[in-house]
Amino acid sequence: MKEIVVISGKGGTGKTSITAAFAGLAKKCVLADCDVDAADLHLLLQPQVRERYEFSGGGRAEIKAEKCLKCGLCRQLCRFDAVRRPADGSSFLTVNSLACEGCGLCVHICPAGAIEFKPVVDGEWYVSDTRMGSMVHACLYPGEGNSGKLVTLVRSRAREIAAGNESDYLLVDGSPGLGCPVIASLAGSDLAVIVTEPTVSGEHDLLRIAGLTKHFRVPTVVCINRSDINPAVSDRIAAVAEAQGIKVIGRVRYDKAVTEAQIAGKTVNEYTDGPVAGEILAAWHRIIDLSEGKE
Amino acid sequence: MRVAITSQGRDMESLLDRRFGRAAFFCVADTDTGELTIHDNAQNLNAAQGAGIQAGSNVAGLDVEALITGNVGPKAYAVLKAAGIRIYLAPDGTVAESLQRFKDGLLEESLSANVEGHWI
Amino acid sequence: MKIAVASGKGGTGKTTVAVNLCLFLADAGLQTTYADCDVEEPDGHLFLKPEIISRRRTGIPVPQVDPEACNLCGECGSLCRYSAIVVLKDRVMTFPELCHGCGGCAYICPARAIAEVDRPIGSVDRGNAGKLGFISGCLDIGQAMSPPLIKEVLKETPDDGVTIVDAPPGTSCPAMTAVGDCDYLLLVTEPTPFGRHDLELMLKAVRSLPMPKGVVLNRVNGPDAAMEEMCGRYDVPILARIPEDRLVAEAYSKGLTAWEAVSGYRTVFADLWSGIQKDAGRCGE
Repeated sequence: MKEIVVISGKGGTGKTSITAAFAGLAKKCVLADCDVDAADLHLLLQPQVRERYEFSGGGRAEIKAEKCLKCGLCRQLCRFDAVRRPADGSSFLTVNSLACEGCGLCVHICPAGAIEFKPVVDGEWYVSDTRMGSMVHACLYPGEGNSGKLVTLVRSRAREIAAGNESDYLLVDGSPGLGCPVIASLAGSDLAVIVTEPTVSGEHDLLRIAGLTKHFRVPTVVCINRSDINPAVSDRIAAVAEAQGIKVIGRVRYDKAVTEAQIAGKTVNEYTDGPVAGEILAAWHRIIDLSEGKE
Repeated sequence: MRVAITSQGRDMESLLDRRFGRAAFFCVADTDTGELTIHDNAQNLNAAQGAGIQAGSNVAGLDVEALITGNVGPKAYAVLKAAGIRIYLAPDGTVAESLQRFKDGLLEESLSANVEGHWI
Repeated sequence: MKIAVASGKGGTGKTTVAVNLCLFLADAGLQTTYADCDVEEPDGHLFLKPEIISRRRTGIPVPQVDPEACNLCGECGSLCRYSAIVVLKDRVMTFPELCHGCGGCAYICPARAIAEVDRPIGSVDRGNAGKLGFISGCLDIGQAMSPPLIKEVLKETPDDGVTIVDAPPGTSCPAMTAVGDCDYLLLVTEPTPFGRHDLELMLKAVRSLPMPKGVVLNRVNGPDAAMEEMCGRYDVPILARIPEDRLVAEAYSKGLTAWEAVSGYRTVFADLWSGIQKDAGRCGE
């Protein structure tokens, strides 16, 4: 079983569309949507939820009004500016739960024992069936944190399912950027597919995300999406990638069929037989060859 | 000598838990006296972060010389090593089978972590 | 006035809108600053091509234990919720990469054995692009936490004039940190199912924040009833509908701004600015 993680560095390059297309082309796979704070894969795959779990990323501090002495020590010590003192100085202090990082220091030092540490449900995750195979996905409640932990949960469960049903591939739809949710998606995976676009931003961000996959020793390849928008930059990206030992496994053209497929709730390769589908198929075949050691 | 074994259940016939940080239980067996104690690892199952480190610290407090488990990440490994505990990675089986393999010298000491760290 | 430009989905045009709005305001004679808070993948500099005057490294304060003073009481290990400091029988171990810099262990140590030292996570650049002030954060590759660096970038923004904050994509803590204390929040989206879906996630995420919000629809090629209906439902005005334009896409791909490359773009941003001012006024900002 090979775990393939689709990431991008820059957002909006086409990770989700391409991951879904690959899932439809794979003979037997499991899917994991690890873009937990803006998950979109379900819009193409219409999962039937079979299991649902609550997720807690940590806790938050809560000040009990009736015990608060208004001494302000918590506010003084909080490194995250999470304790508010109302303008009317006679009223008790409160914790801004969006800013609270759950470190627990205020809970520990409050002279009146007025602060409690409360576990908080930050999101949910699901195990579902789709026409492409089982899918593990999640939804971090808007504004919450510790997405890395939720990503790890989603990946672990997806790995268990893939091992259990002898799937050939676990396809992971990653998130943009290179912070904790991306790191949590990458560590220990078999192949990173960086989907990029032929723009200076795409090129710049590709170099940074490739630096991350190298740091975590994950074999990496690149797919240039919408490559015909700027062939010169596409060629430059290909040259830069190859110079770093990163194979370009596909160039996929811009085609409005991709958006039409999205609107129809289908993968690109389900929606059209046009050249764009052929280019995605060719990229998938290269991935198979690489995974089987044929390259 | 006292040996800790990660376990999915509360007795020697339970299966080895391949996870270390999030193992359900630790069975501590004394190879000289045959004494067995079971330690719950529940508080680690819901830790926000660093379950492997916490488990390492907990095991260090159990006065064992060796640990038998399935997988150990780099941070957990660092803690166990600092505490002077030798680590042995075992194949699937029951806790009793794992302990026997250890006694028979069939398990090799692990000199590094065998899996990447997680975020949890 | 501080205006944050965010979105749920990546690639909708945050940087395009932020950069071009800045160029418009600077050209109109306003003291304007661009602040790139997409510290994981900062791109503003590619378009603004600023002259960088200073770069400073910044970090998170992490514990350093003095083994002579430490009596292994274990208080620090009990307090820490991130497993960044662990007390064994004969020593204390720290895992600085897990530390959130809360300062708790150093504060509570009864033996005063813990000092805080800086663990670098990235850099903050300051400079200017012509009349436009420029600040940007860049997270070191391999670092997991961007909010502390985002806060450092925000600290450098001036109190006067207009600051445009280019936020990271998503709806979780990096994006929320970047938009946190702005006076007006612009949400950029595109007319696709993903764009609509992620905009709604973002609208939910920011619902409890006090500042007024407006939406910019980017790459529009026709009426979008679903988007209009959703924005109406959340009581958020659509301040601009920027048409899909191949010239703009090509300019962007080369690192040119629409401002430079496409005539007639000035009107788009002039209208956006008056829309922001009017909406901010309506909400009594």
